[in-house]
Amino acid sequence: MNQLETISADNVIVVRDLTKKFGNFTAVDHISFEVGKGEIFGFLGANGAGKTTAMRMLCGLSKQTSGQAWVAGFDIAKEAESIKKCIGYMSQKFALYEDLEVWENIRLYAGIYGVPDKEIAPKTDELLHRLGFEKERNALVKSLPLGWKQKLAFSVAIFHQPKIVFLDEPTGGVDPSTRRQFWELIYQAADQGITVFVTTHYMDEAEYCNRVTIMVDGRIDALDTPKNLKENFDAKNMDEVFHHLARNAKRND
Amino acid sequence: MAFVRKEFHHIFRDKMTMLILLVMPLLMLVLFGYALNTEVKNSKFAVYDPSHDEATRAIVEKLQINNYFILQKMLKSQAEVDAVFKTGEVAMVVVFSENFYENLLHGGKAQIQLIADGSDPNTASVITTYASTIMGNYQLELLKVGKIPYQIFPEVKLLYNPSMVAAYNFVPGVMGMIILLICAMMTSISIAREKETGTMEILLVSPMKPLYVILSKAVPYFFLSIVNLFTILAISVFVMGVPIAGSFFWLIILSLLYIFVSLALGLLISSVVNTQMAAMLISAMGLMMPVMLLSGMLFPTENMPLFLQLISDVIPAKWYILAVKKIMIKGLGAEAIILELIVLAVMAIALISISLRKFKIRLE
Amino acid sequence: MIIKYLIEKEFKQFKRNPFVSKFVFVFPFIMLAILPLAANFEVKDLNLSVIDNNRSSYSQRLVQKIAASEYFHITDISYNYRSSLKSIENDEADLILEIPARFEQDLVRDQEAKVMISANAVNSVKGGLGSAYLAGIVTEYSAEIRSELMPAGGKSVQSGMDITKLFRFNPLLKYKYFMVPAIMVMLLSMICGFLPAFNIVLEKENGTIEQMNVTPVGKFSLILSKLIPYWVVGFLVLNICFGVAWLFYGMWPKGSLLTIYLFASVFVLAFSGLGLVISNYSKTLQQAMFMVFFIIITFIFMSGLYTPVDNMPQWAQYISDISPLKYFIRVMRLVYLKGSAAADLREPFLALSGFAIILNTWAVISYKKAQ
Repeated sequence: MNQLETISADNVIVVRDLTKKFGNFTAVDHISFEVGKGEIFGFLGANGAGKTTAMRMLCGLSKQTSGQAWVAGFDIAKEAESIKKCIGYMSQKFALYEDLEVWENIRLYAGIYGVPDKEIAPKTDELLHRLGFEKERNALVKSLPLGWKQKLAFSVAIFHQPKIVFLDEPTGGVDPSTRRQFWELIYQAADQGITVFVTTHYMDEAEYCNRVTIMVDGRIDALDTPKNLKENFDAKNMDEVFHHLARNAKRND
Repeated sequence: MAFVRKEFHHIFRDKMTMLILLVMPLLMLVLFGYALNTEVKNSKFAVYDPSHDEATRAIVEKLQINNYFILQKMLKSQAEVDAVFKTGEVAMVVVFSENFYENLLHGGKAQIQLIADGSDPNTASVITTYASTIMGNYQLELLKVGKIPYQIFPEVKLLYNPSMVAAYNFVPGVMGMIILLICAMMTSISIAREKETGTMEILLVSPMKPLYVILSKAVPYFFLSIVNLFTILAISVFVMGVPIAGSFFWLIILSLLYIFVSLALGLLISSVVNTQMAAMLISAMGLMMPVMLLSGMLFPTENMPLFLQLISDVIPAKWYILAVKKIMIKGLGAEAIILELIVLAVMAIALISISLRKFKIRLE
Repeated sequence: MIIKYLIEKEFKQFKRNPFVSKFVFVFPFIMLAILPLAANFEVKDLNLSVIDNNRSSYSQRLVQKIAASEYFHITDISYNYRSSLKSIENDEADLILEIPARFEQDLVRDQEAKVMISANAVNSVKGGLGSAYLAGIVTEYSAEIRSELMPAGGKSVQSGMDITKLFRFNPLLKYKYFMVPAIMVMLLSMICGFLPAFNIVLEKENGTIEQMNVTPVGKFSLILSKLIPYWVVGFLVLNICFGVAWLFYGMWPKGSLLTIYLFASVFVLAFSGLGLVISNYSKTLQQAMFMVFFIIITFIFMSGLYTPVDNMPQWAQYISDISPLKYFIRVMRLVYLKGSAAADLREPFLALSGFAIILNTWAVISYKKAQ
């Protein structure tokens, strides 16, 4: 396959044989895929399957052992810093500063990502209004309930309108209805043209994605739309699809 | 006890900290035992000598013969005296008067000014004493008075420390400090970490009695301290030549008690703070400075103003160090350290009860 | 300027941390106020146990002379060495003076007598200085005797050498003049050495550093943003120290404040760089803490804080050469007590600058945004 063909304007992420080894342990084993613009792309798998490791490589947090990838047109091996300007990120631990107020967190990240100073305040107001957080403007993040922290972290991650937003297990620890609300926000972002790359071990969330991959023991064992996967594996839901694939998995937490 | 095993596992996994924990005390012992010295030698001095005669030259030579003094510079004028102090080049300037030799022989005024840098008072008083002694001896030689009549010779014998090796003074101090700091710091931080991450609540709600939960946190550090204790003792005895003149058994009993007290102190600290950072700041900075300076380890407590001596009495290290000196260096028996043992025991009990009460309150 | 937002964040977090922000200002105050009072080596009120086997007027006069000195306090006059030794063992006496039975006879007839001084040298300062003082008094006494018993002939032996001792900068030899500048340095180094390091490692531990690593914020900006608030704090602390030193001890720098500020800046630069390097190599707060602690303790002791560098064996002096503390302590003492000017202090300045450059470069290089 001609590399130039795949790095077209429509594919914001291109991955070829990406591998990460820690000593003798192969966390990510020669994975390859592409993600198109505006897609909601799900990375599923059990804990320890390698999803987070893969994502961290794409974000420039971890150096690959071998293989290549391009994010937003930039090579992760050589142009990591350029990638960072175009992406947003939300990690498992939410990583908002707990001892800063809501508006202070927004201001910090907005400033870092180059949102002009004059625009920060009005955009902050607008965001808080949209989320219904106006009263919590001056609240310390650590005082917020978990679901709100998640929504806030996501909103901060896309505040600067990045091309892609990477979400690492964003909905851990909340009830299903809160999770659904979160996914509303994801849809809104995708509608604006932001590509969403999300890892999760909740199989029901797979249904919300355009396409999903299922990682088992560091490999991609399936890559397709949820509908197709269910058909192919003769399954009622993604959970069954996953169990089918994971039966022989050697690694789970 | 599963909790204890978990703690051990946690500690062993962190190899870097383990290494530091075990090696640091030893390195400190060596450093402080050998490097820190209140004996004055190799002091740099300068000379302003307008006479340039036999006597002045001889005196300057004599000053340099042993390793007490090193001649740094010959000054050309009085004005340079100030300058040479300002750059900190010398600790003392020797100023001779003019026509020194002549005056000396014929009963005129032969003056020597020993100008010492008072910013280091100890060194200043010691080197001026040395210098004037050396000069006095020269004078005796010069005047060739075979025997000065009516001379009383003081013979000086130093007890317990014949070569005045500073190690004797510091080893007990370092022992006291290391054990207190490691036990108090490690335990308090470990517990504070659980508090910070919220896992403490889980532990306290478990069917285990709170007392056991807390104690299980302290147990691994207890063993670590024992390892440290023995290694420190081994190095002191075999490498540094600091003997254990008294009963080894009582030394160990004393040390075990002290380890208890230190662990209890760590427990207490962790019961009043909520974050790791705070635990660390209190134990490292809040404990370290007072322990170093008020425990009698570096400075004799007798010279301190009363209220500081009272504070010093509250520091467990002070009692431990006192007792260790008695046993290790003076070779005294258990009777001599009864007071210290009692004080330490009381401290241990008090600290543990207070921490327990605080933890219980937290549960309610 | 991205860094503006980062610095804002750091200051806000610092303010919001109830413990650290108070500790940083209260601690120096307390330490400076209390510790110089504790720290001293002045030798006085030594307990002396006397064994007078002679009991003559000559021996008694010697004992009285000693008793009159402010250095010694006679605890007992006993009759044998063994009981005096017990006093030392019980820490009731620091020294023993034993006057032999034939003291008077030896002195008057043979013109030569001996006394034995035994000193408890477990505390080598007390032992060494104490015995030296005592010997000095004995020698003075023998000179007195000499001039009494040899009125005329004595003159020829009377020394022509007139030795005077002058103590510059600290005529009364107060130990606190020695300690206070050094304590200031110690405080500054703890605050600038511990805190930035812990800050970064804390962020590593709770994951917020990852959030920074994934942003376009460059290493350099990130590190600078972490250092600057602590520089500001350090500067404030330094000034608090000046105030406390003046208030409690009447000490004000003899030299120029600007010189001190200049050196303090370079020192803080160097030392916070050191903290950063440590934090880059630590994964947990505990690791960082122990490394920092170990280094600080070593540096503090090896840098002439409390025993002069010149007293150390050669190998130890080499180690002290790599301690930024050593240079700054020297500078502080020089400027504070002697009014040295920047021109006098070229060498330490170069050393400190060198440290600052090397350590901070190392910090920036070793900070890895990606593993």
